[in-house]
Amino acid sequence: MSERPWNEDIGREREELLEEEQQLKVATPLQLMWWKFTKHRLAVAGLVVIILFYGVAVFADFLAPYPPHERTGYTFAPMNWPRFVTNDEGFTLRPRVYQMDSDIDPRSFRRVYEINDEISYPIEFFVRGGPSYKILGLFETDLRLFGVTHEEGEVFFLGTDRLGRDVFSRVLIGSRISLSVGLVGVFLSLLLGIFFGGLSGFFGGWVDNLIQRLIETVTSFPTIPLWMALAASLPDAWTPLQVYFGITVILSVVGWTTLARVVRGRFLSLRDEDFVLAAKFSGATEARIIRKHLVPSFTSHIIAALTLAIPQMIIAETSLSFLGIGLRPPIISWGVLLQQAQNVYAVSMAPWLLLPGLFVVVAVLAFNFVGDGLRDSADPYSTVKK
Amino acid sequence: MWAFVIRRLIYMIPTVFIISLVSFIIIELPPGDYMTTLMASMAAEGGEMGQEEIEALRRIYGLDQPVYVRYINWMRNIITRWDFGYSFEWRAPVWDVMGSRLAMTVVISLASLLFSWVIALPTGIYSAVRQYSVGDYIFTFFGFLGLATPNFLLALVVMFLAHRYLGLSVGGLFSEQYQMAPWSLGKVVDLMKHIWIPMIIVGTASSASLLRITRANLLDELRKPYVETARAKGLRMWRVVLKYPVRIALNPFISSIGFVLPQLVSGSVIVGVVLNLPTTGPLLLRALQSQDMYLAGSFTLLLATMTVIGVLISDILLAWIDPRIRYD
Repeated sequence: MSERPWNEDIGREREELLEEEQQLKVATPLQLMWWKFTKHRLAVAGLVVIILFYGVAVFADFLAPYPPHERTGYTFAPMNWPRFVTNDEGFTLRPRVYQMDSDIDPRSFRRVYEINDEISYPIEFFVRGGPSYKILGLFETDLRLFGVTHEEGEVFFLGTDRLGRDVFSRVLIGSRISLSVGLVGVFLSLLLGIFFGGLSGFFGGWVDNLIQRLIETVTSFPTIPLWMALAASLPDAWTPLQVYFGITVILSVVGWTTLARVVRGRFLSLRDEDFVLAAKFSGATEARIIRKHLVPSFTSHIIAALTLAIPQMIIAETSLSFLGIGLRPPIISWGVLLQQAQNVYAVSMAPWLLLPGLFVVVAVLAFNFVGDGLRDSADPYSTVKK
Repeated sequence: MWAFVIRRLIYMIPTVFIISLVSFIIIELPPGDYMTTLMASMAAEGGEMGQEEIEALRRIYGLDQPVYVRYINWMRNIITRWDFGYSFEWRAPVWDVMGSRLAMTVVISLASLLFSWVIALPTGIYSAVRQYSVGDYIFTFFGFLGLATPNFLLALVVMFLAHRYLGLSVGGLFSEQYQMAPWSLGKVVDLMKHIWIPMIIVGTASSASLLRITRANLLDELRKPYVETARAKGLRMWRVVLKYPVRIALNPFISSIGFVLPQLVSGSVIVGVVLNLPTTGPLLLRALQSQDMYLAGSFTLLLATMTVIGVLISDILLAWIDPRIRYD
């Protein structure tokens, strides 16, 4: 083991332990939660992924190599990744893409592509071109992170679709809608959940009974048929923005029940806690008890429940848009992109059309991990180790 | 026990009432009615309908009466004559159109429920008993993945793989020669050959959540002192586990029907659309798109009512199996 005498070793360990104990005793609840949260490696990884995804969504215009509606003229082109080693240039620090030669298959009359590994073009960074957009809604620019300026060179990370649009760029732009639907929808269901859950927990009695019946009914509805029916009733004449809000409202109308249950449950169990009684005896007003004691002790649970509700909304939006009754083109969301993969022949010809689904799965996984981690760390009775 | 069953049945009445209201709202929600759609499609074909003709049709279908009268009429016809209204698009009573489709949805949902039990029980037990083993990590990984993958995406991927590597088309529930044939032993066998793909696809997500629940419950149970006592007395590990904790951890299997069943029915609808199965899915989607609202509303009504009945059965089963549940 170590070269030091054993008693010194143990002494040092004890000192460290004592120090840790000290830290635990003076830590704020938020700090305790954070320590517990960082123990879950998957949850931390999930958090990193989520931050990354939302960052990408914010700067999607800048990161996407193509404008999302631009038709490149390459229909159903396969993936064409940049590489550092090419046949014509050898190793270069600047990644290069091979030229893609297209031809018409004489039998099927389909356009087929072949990667020409003799000619390659350099990827350039901070290129200008295409329609301009606004970064953060403030600065108008046509700067993009990377692209190929040569006319013959194209960089397709995820291939192109039926109209020759770059799937990768569309996935990046689509993340804005797909990821924000969850947030907006969850916010609306939080309002509904707090309202009904609060009523239920506060009044009890027949109000509680009625709301519980209502929740039971809503949860026993198979969600997809209900969503389908509600989404199909949105007027065709609505603008994309109206449809977007319509869909989020529909998602939250069905999704608020879980949150209402959490709010009610916490409300009921906290009402009888000793510390609430103690505060009452010490002369604290109702408002102070709610503000200082009740709200802090259930916000963490609500946040955990919210985090777990977001992925449900993402899946729901994707499913509805996939069926063609949710969001519709020209809005771009991951579900809208997957709509093109509905037909098995399209998919067998261009399997990369399925790849937007991968982003859905990763986003949902990340939210689930973070939600699980939060739920565990929000539990004040689980033991903490720093 | 009987008092409990009867009370639960009475509880069901308001639930079913709300369901029927919601379904009727769905029927009434779209702006315009079927006549609007019909007029639009007639106009597209070049034909015009006279105002009188339209009014006459409206009167025949009862579309000219106030909303509450239509609701009461609809409910009365269902209760007294099992008449769900008329499907404008199929030009047939709604029940004739959807009866067999509903039956198929039930078959697929139940098959998927069985599938998720068969998968979740052994893997859940293994994961709990060998916590943090390689197997546990593998099952947990697939569990999370199964939860995170939307049903329709899984269906697409399976369809793609089968098409690409096996040269199979996995859509449908019957081979061609049985599609229109009346029921026979051969048709049932044929159904068995086709049903496993939708069954697996629909059941994956609920297997994953059941696996998580079983694992968590069994872990709680395994930490209790009676397990240690039984072990200390010399009972073999698997015998202890299977005889006591598993039996207790099994209860959630039954109680979870309540939330698994709506999931499965939902799943079978969307997977039905992707795989083009003769279930409610494709028909419901079409009905919604063409505003054939009595058909669409009846689908939601019956799907939801079936789910409520399923939950009721699971509650009764649970009360019957779990001695800790009191009937009052």
